[in-house]
Amino acid sequence: MALAALDGTLNLVGYGLSAIGPGIGVGLIFAAYVSGVARQPESRNLLQPIAILGFALAEALALFGLVLAFVL
Amino acid sequence: MSLVTLAAGPGFEAPGPEDFKFPDIAGGVTKPMVLIVLSVVIVFGFYWLTGRRALVVPSRAQFAGESVYRFVRDGVARDAIGPEFARFVPYLTALFSFVLVNNIFGIIPVLQFPSMSRIGFPAALALMSWLTFNYVGIRRKGLGTYLKQVCIPPDVPTWILPILIPLEFFQTIITRPLTLGLRLFANMFAGHLLLLVFILGGDFMLLHGSAALPFLSPFAFVMGIGMTIFEALIEVLQAYIFVLLTALYIAGALAEEH
Repeated sequence: MALAALDGTLNLVGYGLSAIGPGIGVGLIFAAYVSGVARQPESRNLLQPIAILGFALAEALALFGLVLAFVL
Repeated sequence: MSLVTLAAGPGFEAPGPEDFKFPDIAGGVTKPMVLIVLSVVIVFGFYWLTGRRALVVPSRAQFAGESVYRFVRDGVARDAIGPEFARFVPYLTALFSFVLVNNIFGIIPVLQFPSMSRIGFPAALALMSWLTFNYVGIRRKGLGTYLKQVCIPPDVPTWILPILIPLEFFQTIITRPLTLGLRLFANMFAGHLLLLVFILGGDFMLLHGSAALPFLSPFAFVMGIGMTIFEALIEVLQAYIFVLLTALYIAGALAEEH
């Protein structure tokens, strides 16, 4: 029985692993945002930029992983 | 590119970074360059047409132009920067419109390429934002005080300073512009690649697939359409995040104390 040949790099596996952390982080940020707005709906305008900023910062890590997967 | 061969099955050439390189149209001019020029024309034309005859009681066009301006002024600049926001609004508005139009190019039929997925363009924008916030900070406080405020957070024990000063300096001066540019670039790059995978994959399954594959291709196209809508959201969001972060960095440079 011939084994299927797999060529290529481990970069994509590494990228998959590196996406776990930011994924959890983004989830936590929006969970906190949702429960904050649920408790105090008038704080929405204050919380929204903060949540999006946190989302952007956490997401950046995943995107660095993607860039490095292609660059390395 | 080894990644391309990794994802490729027999016969199917998976999309990769090669799909972001365009042939010359004429004399070294490529499609992304044309798109950038087009976006400048669109942004200029939009504000020129809508602001040409500004009246106290605005016309519909003037209202459209002013609502974009007002969104940046009230939603980004005033909230982030505070009382001195007024002189940064023109830069932030231009930045927002420019990035937004270039991102939206990614889902406009015929154009269909987000020019910000070439690293050169977001790098230049990040450099401009970096120069702006550093210039504003140095101008306000002088080089020494500005660097001191950047590197030394208030109320930290002295023994930790040798570790903290290089870290804070590195974080503010070096990684800030890097992340600002890379975030925009990588989002557009990944989004465009995702669309290519679904559309080209569906295309291959429909035209060259064996057995049941042609009948499965509609799923790929439906995913492609769904992802296009998702991309529209991401493109607007990234333009917003880019100006929001620029405004926050300017605010940090202007702030008296942490």
